[in-house]
Amino acid sequence: MRRSLIADASVTFLFHGIIVVSLYLLFVGHNQPGGGFVGGLVAGSALALKFVVGGAASVRSAVRVPPWVILGAGLVVASVTALVPVLLGHAVLDHAAFEWKLPLLGKVKATTALPFDIGVYLVVVGLSLTALEAFGDDAESQEAEA
Amino acid sequence: MNVLLAATAALLFACGTWLVTTRQLSRIVLGIGLLGHGANLLLLLAGRRGSAPVFGTSDPEGFADPLPQALGLTAIVITFGVTLFLLAMAYRSWQLTGRDEVEDDFEDRFVAANTADAAEVDDEEHAVHAIEQEEGA
Amino acid sequence: MTALVVLPILLPLLGAGLSILIGRRALGQRTLSVAVLATIVTLAAVLLVRVDRDGPVVVQAGGWPAPFGISLVADRFAAIMVLVSSAMLLAVMLYAIGQGGVERERVGFHPVYLVLGAGVCLAFLTGDLFTLYVAFEVMLVASYVLITMGGRADQIRAGMTYVVISLIASALFVVALAFVYSATGTINMADLAGKMAELSPGVRTGLSLLLLAVFGVKAALFPLFFWLPDSYPTAPGPVTAIFAGLLTKVGVYAIIRSQLLLFPPDTFPGGLLLVVAGLTMAIGVFGALAQDDVKRILSFHIVSQIGYMVMGLGLYTLAGLAGAVFYIVHHIVVKTALFLMAGLIERRGGSSRLREVGGFVRSAPVLALLFALPALSLAGLPPFSGFVAKFALVQAAIGESQWPILVVSLAVSLLTMLSMTKIWAGVFWYDADDTLVREPDPNERLGGPPLMVFATAAVVLVSVAVMVAAAPLYALAERTAADLLNPAGYVEAVLGTGAGGGAP
Repeated sequence: MRRSLIADASVTFLFHGIIVVSLYLLFVGHNQPGGGFVGGLVAGSALALKFVVGGAASVRSAVRVPPWVILGAGLVVASVTALVPVLLGHAVLDHAAFEWKLPLLGKVKATTALPFDIGVYLVVVGLSLTALEAFGDDAESQEAEA
Repeated sequence: MNVLLAATAALLFACGTWLVTTRQLSRIVLGIGLLGHGANLLLLLAGRRGSAPVFGTSDPEGFADPLPQALGLTAIVITFGVTLFLLAMAYRSWQLTGRDEVEDDFEDRFVAANTADAAEVDDEEHAVHAIEQEEGA
Repeated sequence: MTALVVLPILLPLLGAGLSILIGRRALGQRTLSVAVLATIVTLAAVLLVRVDRDGPVVVQAGGWPAPFGISLVADRFAAIMVLVSSAMLLAVMLYAIGQGGVERERVGFHPVYLVLGAGVCLAFLTGDLFTLYVAFEVMLVASYVLITMGGRADQIRAGMTYVVISLIASALFVVALAFVYSATGTINMADLAGKMAELSPGVRTGLSLLLLAVFGVKAALFPLFFWLPDSYPTAPGPVTAIFAGLLTKVGVYAIIRSQLLLFPPDTFPGGLLLVVAGLTMAIGVFGALAQDDVKRILSFHIVSQIGYMVMGLGLYTLAGLAGAVFYIVHHIVVKTALFLMAGLIERRGGSSRLREVGGFVRSAPVLALLFALPALSLAGLPPFSGFVAKFALVQAAIGESQWPILVVSLAVSLLTMLSMTKIWAGVFWYDADDTLVREPDPNERLGGPPLMVFATAAVVLVSVAVMVAAAPLYALAERTAADLLNPAGYVEAVLGTGAGGGAP
């Protein structure tokens, strides 16, 4: 596979930035546009960029955890978050808000919707990884055959 | 504006329907995509138009109806995921048969053959079995 | 109490996630799936008892009040459906574990199967039209994966038809949602019940027919049934069984729910439904008579049987609806049993073609018995559950003087008997016409692996139980039908005080 130097260098440069943006979107999601799904998609697009320049191998080196583990963990986190209020006697998916004073960061507000969003984020990232894994390998092996 | 968007949805439906009725799988996948987009566009059109419904950015009286947007987003995600699956299937079908076409149903031919002459039935049956075994291999 | 409504949806999803994490440890995956499904069966039974005693249970997701948030509603109809479906999901899971095959070879089987279960339960329990769409998609996406699991050429071909048809129906569903929302400004079903009445009859009829067409595809109504007998038989045995038992019935449930809850009686398309029901019955049974493969014969019978359920709805009387509800319960159980049987036949004989297998009545008498009971029940012979269901429908038709549909339903019943006799003769009574594809293993005295036979026997026993307990069950079906015909209780439970069209 021929690699383009410009694409290679710029993706190395961009990748971490995009991941940070995706995490930002994940955390502001409760009160502003964003959330687990959008954040997950942004992270997925960063991984897709990795795939475009370096193939499945470079995606695998960036994320060492198998895709289905991420997918399963996300599903577990999201469904547990939905379940907890039910077990406490509230409505399903009900949430509560907390505020802490932390050193350096100042006042931090978090809601229990956040774990749900994190679950969604993991599911989306896991799905994009699975798709890259499933389709990516075929393309490479065929190029090798050709 | 709404008429224009409604016309766009209509055009998407027309093109999608035409593509779905063809025999090539790649066109069918595209057609399904267009149909999905048409439907999602209609869903967006169902609500009131206005400014972005983010609390604190403008007067809530002038907000667009956020519900169809949320529904539309969900529907788009579903369309996207399912189209991906459809592409994977079309790809698998191409891998298996080497053709980008919808295959005939052998069982239907088999049943149709049963109504033909007794002599023809045997031939047809053997042919169908041969094809099936070939496929199974 | 609220947990009873939520857990049947969340537990399978949680189970699916854990099952993915467990990965290749087969024993862990199996234990988990069986535990999750068994829990849901128990919960659903408790839910049905509570709902029958105390009225509908409503959960507002996230604590948002009714027309704004997502409501989950368990009334009698939904609770019955969840109970029967989860029992079938459990039995088929046991059968799949006994068979090995697809269950052992594919790591994805357990998670996807659980997701299918979550989708089915959500479809029954949701009180919101858009969530119904999402539930359909969850269920269908899982079914796409299950039907093509294995990736053989014939599976891909048949799966392609199935997926494309389902997707077109889904696109239409979104269109219907858009129209409903722009006409009424809500998608909460209880809220819609009040607001639909304010629309002009023309708009209402349009929406009602559009929804009927969408759910008609999922339920395989005439003329939208052609995909079903084509795609179901190619899937692995247990998958076909669960599809045959549940998926089309979710469509029927949606038809009954939407037509009776959303739209006021004056635009009810009763005549149209009766015509469609008659044609569905007749075409399905004629299709079955032409086939030469057990799985395809049974698939055409699904279509034919859907006609009976819609007939009950089309009559639009208490007796008719009670018959339809009873018929759905009977049909889910019997059809699952027959398809599990077809899987056993295929496994033992190496084929499911009538001319390639034979003589099972001597070599595997247990299987013959397990086939005969549900087959006679499907054909509607007394004293089986099918007889009770058909008798109720026929009586309702006589009560309404609907002679044409009565004649069609009785004739189709006879033809069903004929086609069951054909399977009996081909598979069990006579020897095979052609040379056998595989000589049955004489050491298997039950006719298959013990767990598979046990699971099939369990489903057959449930169908016998439906027959034995026909009287209390029919009384329950009548209470359900009364609820369905008078949706005020449902609306009030969801929207709170001030029944009907509680505008925000």
